[in-house]
Amino acid sequence: MRLIEAIRSALSAITANALRSLLTMLGIVIGVAAVIAMVAIGSGARNLVDQQIRSLGANLAIVTPGNVTQGGARLGAGQASTLTNEDAEAIRHEVDGVVAAAPFVQGYAHVVAGGSNWGTRIYGIDLDWFSAREWDVADGRTFDPEEIRRGDIVVILGQTVARNLFSEEDPIDQIVRVRNVPFRVIGVMAPKGQSAFGQDQDDVIFVPLDAGRRRVIGRNYAKDGSVGSVFVKFANEEDIEPGIESMTELLRQRHRIMGEEDDFSIRNLTEIANTASASANTLSMLLAAVAAVSLLVGGIGIMNIMLVSVTERTREIGLRLAVGARPRDILSQFLIEATTLSTIGGALGVGLGAGAAYLVAQLAGWPSLVSTNAIILAVGFSALVGIFFGFYPAQRAARLDPIEALRRE
Amino acid sequence: MALIETRDLGRVYNLDAGRVVALDHVSLDIEKGDFVAVMGPSGSGKSTFMNLIGCLDRPTGGQYRLAGTAVESLDADGLATLRNREIGFVFQQFNLLPRVDALGNVELPMIYAGYDRKTRRERALQALGRVGLAERAHHRPMQLSGGQQQRVAIARALVNSPSLLLADEPTGALDSRTANEILGLFQELNREGVTIVLVTHDAEVGRHAHRLIRFKDGRVIEDRRQEPVDARDLVPEAAE
Ligand SMILES: Nc1ncnc2c1ncn2[C@@H]1O[C@H](COP(=O)(O)OP(=O)(O)OP(=O)(O)O)[C@@H](O)[C@H]1O
Ligand SMILES: [Mg+2]
Repeated sequence: MRLIEAIRSALSAITANALRSLLTMLGIVIGVAAVIAMVAIGSGARNLVDQQIRSLGANLAIVTPGNVTQGGARLGAGQASTLTNEDAEAIRHEVDGVVAAAPFVQGYAHVVAGGSNWGTRIYGIDLDWFSAREWDVADGRTFDPEEIRRGDIVVILGQTVARNLFSEEDPIDQIVRVRNVPFRVIGVMAPKGQSAFGQDQDDVIFVPLDAGRRRVIGRNYAKDGSVGSVFVKFANEEDIEPGIESMTELLRQRHRIMGEEDDFSIRNLTEIANTASASANTLSMLLAAVAAVSLLVGGIGIMNIMLVSVTERTREIGLRLAVGARPRDILSQFLIEATTLSTIGGALGVGLGAGAAYLVAQLAGWPSLVSTNAIILAVGFSALVGIFFGFYPAQRAARLDPIEALRRE
Repeated sequence: MALIETRDLGRVYNLDAGRVVALDHVSLDIEKGDFVAVMGPSGSGKSTFMNLIGCLDRPTGGQYRLAGTAVESLDADGLATLRNREIGFVFQQFNLLPRVDALGNVELPMIYAGYDRKTRRERALQALGRVGLAERAHHRPMQLSGGQQQRVAIARALVNSPSLLLADEPTGALDSRTANEILGLFQELNREGVTIVLVTHDAEVGRHAHRLIRFKDGRVIEDRRQEPVDARDLVPEAAE
């Protein structure tokens, strides 16, 4: 019997008992739906983390003052930072593989332009910032080295700030006041969009490091030339680990630390990303294992119903044998029936799982990712479940004695 | 060469309760084109004999040749092919597939013979026409009377043009008038050249055959030719 015909007759057997078939499939449907949804959600989450790290900039480490390992000790307000822009300078020149070392200070300020006023984050940066964050201006220009050196009172606006203060107007060469200091707008940054945590990354302004320290953010930064943190960007991912080691060495020397705790800490942002995506992986593996168990249960359900079906249709089997079916025809008939059942279940599960993944992605604002591979794998696996669990019932059918089968009520 | 040749054919069941000799050294020839009625009391081995000559069962002794083929030498697939090509079965309980219409039921043996869909359709319709049910091709068994169901079963038995039609109590589940119609159909088919072996309890049914074989305790106790009654003559009588 040709395969298509066999499938057609399997379909008619399945639809003859539609409700029972549906209930039988349910295990497979749920199992596959779970796999699809979990894989999709897992890779959605992983992509989110990746995207977040990428939006921060690739191959990045961050040097912060204080020792995070020491009970998370952080710099309190008014406390002197131990990190300076000379440290950043030294890192830039002495550590191999470093492309940029961007010291910065950050704070929060109200920006006033004409009648409008807008509260936003303010960063004091130097030129390395742009290459470290892989982020540039869209309109106007960036700071020139002289402006950075002198700490001129010029400002680059984030898109959101520009829009809120100037709407349609061109902000370039306009004056905005921050803490009553008149800054001249020289550029507007390219849009960066939301961060992974829903933070608007374009709600920000940038000023030269020294201008920020002296005029706006204040604290003790102005006195000792200290900075909030330093982004360090490496050329390659492989440079990061050795780079961190030599940075640690360098900063210890510069800070004259011998034996006691470091007064700084360095984190590898790429590694954090990897850790995060690894744990996302572990989670989805775990969920996939649970889903696999559910598929197994679904398979046993199919085996059960196929055994019932073989018993119910014993006379039919006897008749088929009498009119010339070979045992292997009977075997393949029931095997195809079980496989069709489980494959339809798998397809329904893919639909359901993709729907669920889409919904979750919509709610969480993630990219929805149901890969073709996952679909092929899920449907293929459910077909295998059908073959595996359908084999025993099919073999029982094929081994029936025609006379006894015909005599059975 | 006879169509059916059995020599000392035997079938013994070894049960916990003891040995049952269902068929005991039966040697018979049945010629091509004959119409044979097999009779005898219950348990005399009629069905056992039919199952053996129908290649559904294997003998425990003796030889059986069907159309010259030594059946003992065949494996399960060989027996299946032989049943498919050479034998048509008609059962007391019709044994139609309930989910499939008359046409689909008649097509069944051709599926295993490997015919394509179109050929199957054509031939099944032709076979249904032969039993007078062409216009019921798309009715399911549930929508047909007992006599009509048995006609569908006969069409199914004939569709692969077998050399032998085997019917075990084909009229057992039918009233006498319908039974007569079915017997008339058998006689008609027989006139067209189909070899028929029919098992019955009913002496009246047995009278429609050309040859009567009587079993008792697994042995042939009577084997004679007879002048058959014609089912067509009985029609007005049964109609009263
Ligand atoms: N599967 C079996 N196992 C054991 N004994 C069997 C089996 N089939 C038949 N027999 C025995 O073989 C003998 C012949 O049985 P068979 O069915 O051939 O009788 P029959 O002539 O067809 O009877 P009936 O007219 O009632 O159908 C009986 O004694 C029966 O008990
Ligand atoms: Mg019997």
